[in-house]
Amino acid sequence: MDSIYGDFFRRLARNKLAMVGLSVVVILCLVAIFADRLAPYSPTMIDTSKILVEPSWEHPMGTDILGRDVLSRIIHGAGVSLSVGFVAVGISTLIGVVLGAVAGYYSGMVDRVIMRFVDIMLCFPTFFLILAVIAFLQPSIWNIMIVIGVTSWMNVTRLVRAEFLSLRERDFVLAAISQGASDLRVIFAHILPNAMAPVLVAATLGVAAAVLVESSLSFLGLGVQPPNPSWGNMLTEGKDNIEIAWWLSLFPGLAIFITVMGYNLLGEGIRDILDPRLRQ
Amino acid sequence: MGPYILKRIFLMIPVLLGITILSFGVMKLAPGDPTSILTDLNPNMNKEAVERIRAHYGLDQPSYVQYFKWLKNMLVLDFGRSFASDNRPVIDKIVERIPITLLINVLSMILILIVAIPLGVMSAVKQNSLFDKGTTVFVFIGFAIPTFWLALLLMILFGVKLDWLPISGFRSLDYPSLSFFEKIFDVSKHLILPIFVSAFGGLAGMSRYMRSNMLEVIRQDYITTARAKGLDERTVIFKHALRNALLPVITLLGLSVPGLIGGSVIFETIFAIPGMGQLFYQAVMMRDYPTVMGILVIGAVLTLLGNLLADVMYSWADPRIRVSG
Repeated sequence: MDSIYGDFFRRLARNKLAMVGLSVVVILCLVAIFADRLAPYSPTMIDTSKILVEPSWEHPMGTDILGRDVLSRIIHGAGVSLSVGFVAVGISTLIGVVLGAVAGYYSGMVDRVIMRFVDIMLCFPTFFLILAVIAFLQPSIWNIMIVIGVTSWMNVTRLVRAEFLSLRERDFVLAAISQGASDLRVIFAHILPNAMAPVLVAATLGVAAAVLVESSLSFLGLGVQPPNPSWGNMLTEGKDNIEIAWWLSLFPGLAIFITVMGYNLLGEGIRDILDPRLRQ
Repeated sequence: MGPYILKRIFLMIPVLLGITILSFGVMKLAPGDPTSILTDLNPNMNKEAVERIRAHYGLDQPSYVQYFKWLKNMLVLDFGRSFASDNRPVIDKIVERIPITLLINVLSMILILIVAIPLGVMSAVKQNSLFDKGTTVFVFIGFAIPTFWLALLLMILFGVKLDWLPISGFRSLDYPSLSFFEKIFDVSKHLILPIFVSAFGGLAGMSRYMRSNMLEVIRQDYITTARAKGLDERTVIFKHALRNALLPVITLLGLSVPGLIGGSVIFETIFAIPGMGQLFYQAVMMRDYPTVMGILVIGAVLTLLGNLLADVMYSWADPRIRVSG
């Protein structure tokens, strides 16, 4: 197994775009963890003498309508975006893997019911479904993580099911079954490790998608609530002051863009590495 | 063709039922019940009045009874009355909003097709060229850019700095006094930014998809045959390859319907366009449950119809599907 992982990392290191993506992701995580030390000002400190100051040496990204430092708020927003991304993807991956494994391994009636459920979920415009659930619950960071998670597992289910359908017939699985391994053991210890490649790609791209959805929700006022800084709700202020303060619209969006780009590049890079058809 | 379509429609019934059950489940998530917004903050409410309202909406009955009642009303498109102050039937509010949302979505789909197909074909034919690499960069930007941010940037550039385009609404205040052609010009000016923004994300996906379809098709034996019998490259690419590469695009168009409808919430809110997306957003903000439920169900049904249309078009374009499917 060691050599396989070693091979994976060697290929990853050779893939320039993936390395760019990985660097972005690592830097963002560090920024989120050390936000308190990196931010030059407090993200919630109101300074009425410095309302809507243009970007300058003192405030590289300017200040907002309450005189708060935009750069500091963006630095603190990184943690919000990333934690929503990770938790939401964790939830959707867990649901997707379990349902996909069960559907692909048992097939028959169970499979038909699960896949029909996937079809039904895919009929809803995801953003409508998320907004409807938020309307009935309350917008809070935890609810958002859960809602994004439970509305985005369908893709993973399909991928895992397809892998299970083909792996189930392989000799090593038949060998495990004939030795009397339980279903649980066959599914989780034998088949699943071999079906994780597409899940890894989907999860990486999923973080990017979740960051986008979170920022859209916060932008609409249904996500992270002020005064907590999130890149989405900072852009709401940008929109409200669009005629007088361009910097409030530019920088938070740039942060979202770079984050999503980083995860997409990393995900695509991993896909290139793991998909033998694309290898030269 | 007929039996195939009938079969597809028949297969839609369980999915439709599932959509209604799931929507009903979402409605049941609400803490308390939907009438609490009418009763909780009203000092004139006593216990009997609350009970009367609950009975009026059938909320004193078990869930499955409520579900079938709701389903029966929905079959005749009765989604109840809006909780908003106008108290109008939900279906009326939705129906008057649908045309503008459909118009924008159809126009942005057309924009996606006329830009993305040539882009994808060219970058496949000239694989690894500078053009191909440029397209790939564009695709990655398209995937990563938040729609609402793009909208804000374009509003700043074209609306505030250059002052070329209006940044909100879909007609000017003096609209009624304009002549016919001025009206068309006025509406188009308002719709340029929204349509561009709603098409942008789809553009990236579609041109990438088109490129990989084309790369796949070019490798097929019948393309080699076409070249071998001496056809010029133009005919090979645009007649033999393109037709086959276009087929899967039909399915992708069908699949992109929910994304486009869902995205309309964001750009209709930003550009203040009175469509279904804006109505949905307002309903969510006001906790107007009947309207939220109505749009949720109608949005899902529109998606289902979009998929059906795509399936039918596909079987019309590709006879192989009709025979085997």
